[in-house]
Amino acid sequence: MTIPAIKIEQVHKSFGKLDALRGVDLQIEQGEFFALLGPNGAGKSTLINILAGLMRPGSGHLSVLGHDVVTDYRKTRRLLGVVPQELVFDPFFNVREMLRFQAGYFGCGPENDPWIDEVLEGLGLTDKAYSNMRSLSGGMKRRALIAQALAHKPPVLVLDEPTAGVDVEVRQMLWAFINRLNKAGTTIILTTHYMEEAQTLCSRVAMLKQGEIVALDSTRNLLNRLQTKQLRLKLQGALPASLLPLKRGESGDYVTLNLAATTEVEYILAELRAANVAVEDLQLIEADLEDVFLDIMGHQP
Amino acid sequence: MRGMYTLFKKEIWRFWKVSFQTVAAPVMTALLYLLIFSHALATRLEVYPGVSYTAFLVPGLVMMSLLQNSFANSSSSLIQSKVMGNIVFLLLTPISYLEFFLAFLAASMARGITVGLSVFLVTMFWVHLPLIHPWYILGFALMGSAMMGALGIVAGICTEKFDQLAAFQNFIIMPLTFLAGVFYSIHSLPPLWHQVSRFNPFFYIIDGFRYGFFGQGDVSPALSLSIVAVSFVLISMATLQLLKSGYKLRG
Ligand SMILES: Nc1ncnc2c1ncn2[C@@H]1O[C@H](COP(=O)(O)OP(=O)(O)O)[C@@H](O)[C@H]1O
Ligand SMILES: [Mg+2]
Repeated sequence: MTIPAIKIEQVHKSFGKLDALRGVDLQIEQGEFFALLGPNGAGKSTLINILAGLMRPGSGHLSVLGHDVVTDYRKTRRLLGVVPQELVFDPFFNVREMLRFQAGYFGCGPENDPWIDEVLEGLGLTDKAYSNMRSLSGGMKRRALIAQALAHKPPVLVLDEPTAGVDVEVRQMLWAFINRLNKAGTTIILTTHYMEEAQTLCSRVAMLKQGEIVALDSTRNLLNRLQTKQLRLKLQGALPASLLPLKRGESGDYVTLNLAATTEVEYILAELRAANVAVEDLQLIEADLEDVFLDIMGHQP
Repeated sequence: MRGMYTLFKKEIWRFWKVSFQTVAAPVMTALLYLLIFSHALATRLEVYPGVSYTAFLVPGLVMMSLLQNSFANSSSSLIQSKVMGNIVFLLLTPISYLEFFLAFLAASMARGITVGLSVFLVTMFWVHLPLIHPWYILGFALMGSAMMGALGIVAGICTEKFDQLAAFQNFIIMPLTFLAGVFYSIHSLPPLWHQVSRFNPFFYIIDGFRYGFFGQGDVSPALSLSIVAVSFVLISMATLQLLKSGYKLRG
């Protein structure tokens, strides 16, 4: 059995009266590309901050590659690269100086410089290497922040909303780079608001709601879990009464029906033919992670 | 070890990159004090026999600059990275609280001693000073800068905004240094103030430091050095306790 990249056991954290985390259990294996999803205030950043040692857990245990984050913090901080949610930076330095110092804090010396060049290159920062951090645009700062988290070559990378406020082009470039890291063996954990990002990138997803994990499964299983595929139809004529129970909504010329299973399409078409209603257009819509997310968040846990 | 050394180097860089503000400006201030006070008082005062008022003033100004700048270095660096938020990059590293303390302390001492030494070297053009007990001079310079560097760390951690830090500096550090006998011997004070001065640790630093130059002072230099050393140890213990607890740094 290999050691999990991250193991979180019964972690609680409260801020005064507010219970930000209520007994979170989570295990992430080495090499995974994992998404932590949840609405604002769900506790995602709190969990990441505890993992990174920026906050102390109220109770519970967390480990990184088998090392406890409280008792063995020197080891776990070396194993983790963390991109904080806030766009913070040191105004005194240019990008390269900042990366060298950051790597130095982790005990890396000049032998690490080729890696820093690689990271700069991969994130499209090479020609900004000598620009002061202050002078970078928001998107550039975000990339510099990711470079900073990678400066000491950590085997586990945690990104807290890395694409918030970053334009589409840069986002794709970022994900291409992070995908490459993942292929090379780095475990990736991210939080994001963009569900399609999580759906296309991540093999497994946890959903956090008010400090509790309400769903934890492979992305595939989560998508399958929401059986309601939908059929959008443009009809010449009214929907037959026999199909009314399936109706979900109407917009413009189109009517949308819920499907419990794909095989129901056959039944619907047969009913329409029997009622002499011609079909002008037909679209099958699969549930996406956004639907699953809304579905799960909508239920009371 | 390398992490701590990198942090030390970064802190040195931070003040050296803006050395016009962090070194040249305080030297200029000290020179202005020297010019004005020695001009105004030189003919009327002779604190110690055979020592001109201007000569008497120089060690006090050197030490005052050294103390204020040691304090400024750690406190301003910490408050700035807290306000900017970039302190997280330090908190994410394996650097232990002890290493954190030592790196900030050493950089503060380096800044304080750099400024103090610069003031001393520049005043050499006007005033010739004896160096009767160089080891005392060195001892008080090290102890004074260390004490203030540690105090700067405490101030940097406990305050949350620049104006809170400025208040700490203007209402505690400045009065204590000014009233520590930089400009006069406490023997020239009324008895009440004379007694009050004896509770000011900065008084012992300045008196002992001056003893190193002239071989005379208000109290025994060994006693002064012990008092300063004990103050440093107490402040350091408190600072380390704060850092260990993660107070205001790790929620
Ligand atoms: N330092 C703090 N002090 C007090 N409350 C906090 C602190 N950090 C987070 N919280 C609260 O804890 C909850 C979870 O916050 P957070 O982990 O930032 O959520 P998310 O990252 O999922 O949006 C929120 O209600 C937030 O207001
Ligand atoms: Mg967050």
